Amino acid sequence: MKRVYLDHIAATPVDPQVVEAMMPFLRDKFGNPQSLHSAGQEALEAIEEARARVGELIGALSEEIFFTSSGSEANNFALKGLALAKRDKGNHVVGSAVEHQSVLSSGRSLEKIGFSSTLVPVDGHGLVDPEDVKKAIKKETVLVSVMLANSEVGTIEPVAEIARLCREAGVPVHTDAVAAVGNMPVDVNELGVDSLSLAGDQFYGPKGSAALFIRKGTRILPLIDGGIQEGGRRAGTENVAGIVGLGKAAEIAASRLPERMVRMRQLRDRLIDALPRLVDYILLTGHREKRLPHHASFCVRFIEGEAMLLNLDMKGVAASSGSACTSRALKASHVLLAMGVDHALAQGSLVFSLIDGTAEEDIDYLLDVFPPIIERLRQMSPLYTKFMEENKK
Amino acid sequence: MIYSEKVMEHFQNPRNVGVIKGADGVGQVGNPVCGDMMTFYIKVKDNRLEDIKFQTFGCGAAIAVSSMISEMAMGKTLEEALEITNESVAEELGGLPKNKLHCSNLGADALHAAIEDYKKKQAVTKEEATGTSSEAEKCYCPYCEGPIEGLEEYCESCQIELEECPHCGNLTRKGGDKCIKCGAGLEP
Repeated sequence: MKRVYLDHIAATPVDPQVVEAMMPFLRDKFGNPQSLHSAGQEALEAIEEARARVGELIGALSEEIFFTSSGSEANNFALKGLALAKRDKGNHVVGSAVEHQSVLSSGRSLEKIGFSSTLVPVDGHGLVDPEDVKKAIKKETVLVSVMLANSEVGTIEPVAEIARLCREAGVPVHTDAVAAVGNMPVDVNELGVDSLSLAGDQFYGPKGSAALFIRKGTRILPLIDGGIQEGGRRAGTENVAGIVGLGKAAEIAASRLPERMVRMRQLRDRLIDALPRLVDYILLTGHREKRLPHHASFCVRFIEGEAMLLNLDMKGVAASSGSACTSRALKASHVLLAMGVDHALAQGSLVFSLIDGTAEEDIDYLLDVFPPIIERLRQMSPLYTKFMEENKK
Repeated sequence: MIYSEKVMEHFQNPRNVGVIKGADGVGQVGNPVCGDMMTFYIKVKDNRLEDIKFQTFGCGAAIAVSSMISEMAMGKTLEEALEITNESVAEELGGLPKNKLHCSNLGADALHAAIEDYKKKQAVTKEEATGTSSEAEKCYCPYCEGPIEGLEEYCESCQIELEECPHCGNLTRKGGDKCIKCGAGLEP
């Protein structure tokens, strides 16, 4: 059976060059970067080299890059570390309603220890209005966190504008750029943010290897106390092979991003244009132009996401959904609900995410198998039957 | 795969999908806000489920549960069908993931609702045939036979206030000295 993997927001394949760069550190070069001997120094050089490459990808200095175990850790580190470092200045944080769970949950943890938070709304495309962020800032506000790109609907937020307004108000800004870095150009100085999270598994690097950019001179408290690794800001023996892999992935992304984007965007646009022509009652979610180059997301009326995913999987196609039934907690996507999508429609959420290795034939295949699946599930759906009967009248 | 082979088999080849036009009973449970929605249609002959069809808006488990229940209940007497529980469905399916167990509740509820609907319709038909039912009397004015909306104790057509007789439970004129139905004396 043909296999078409279109869930790259969840995982990307590791680039063979990345694997090659990592291998020595999984085999012979096992030294601890904190050791003084040459085996240790060899490992230290490798992670410092990686730090420089990651910095270059986002226009940061290498000493502004702090390695973490995941994008979630990087977001936790930023939210808690930056807010707690400024606790004497205030106890209020601002986020958007469509932030990743690692940001929202960090906000809730802060609330348990005396902070309060404000979530600014989004419009029907998932866009934050920078003016809303400005209005949410109070004199107690110590941090604003708005994501750069949303992984569920692909929308790219006006972070540069938000950061400009926050700078005027003297409030630092974090941006969760996990879905963005490696898939679109990201420059911390153009954005004007004080911290930014990224993860290697979003751009052909290994899982378990991510980073937080922290602008020089920004105070942050560590989440993990211990030794002096990462300048004392993130203790624990370094994941050397993972960091080397992230560095290599960043190096490749820096040189190949433009061509990758052209290819992914072309296939994405084909998908976005073709699906609504093949299937009735299907809506694009997120912004049509301001969106990730590898992201196409929809809501299909009258049917539920998990049933679609299972049917697609039986045809060899991997995709994802924000439907309540696909989440362990059985809750509909907070992103779609914040965008004003009703519960029934949110149940029909479907997300396709590409890589530059996605082929035209992969999209052909999806367009081929998709309509019969939708038709079959709709024939089973009481909502569809009701709708068709009402439309007949 | 998060589901058992049996669940996937029913999901891929669901039995008895569809609508029965002029069904003897229809049961609908759930709504899209909660996640799933199921509609069961039944045909009853000689107290047995002669035909069952369903439609389901929901996940793989919800579709498999609906299919399984339709198969389990087919040809059963109403009493037997009412004994089908969410546990027995989940068991027949070789188990369901913990967070999907509620789907089996929905399935059993939808079938039971269809049977209840059938019974209710039967009761109404009987009433129409015999013209007697204590339930029906409450809904009609004892004086003019005009319909009375819900629990409102007022007859619109003859414009009198009504109350329940404390002796027989039927409606009678409020403030009257005896019940029109049982003749018992009423306190003013």
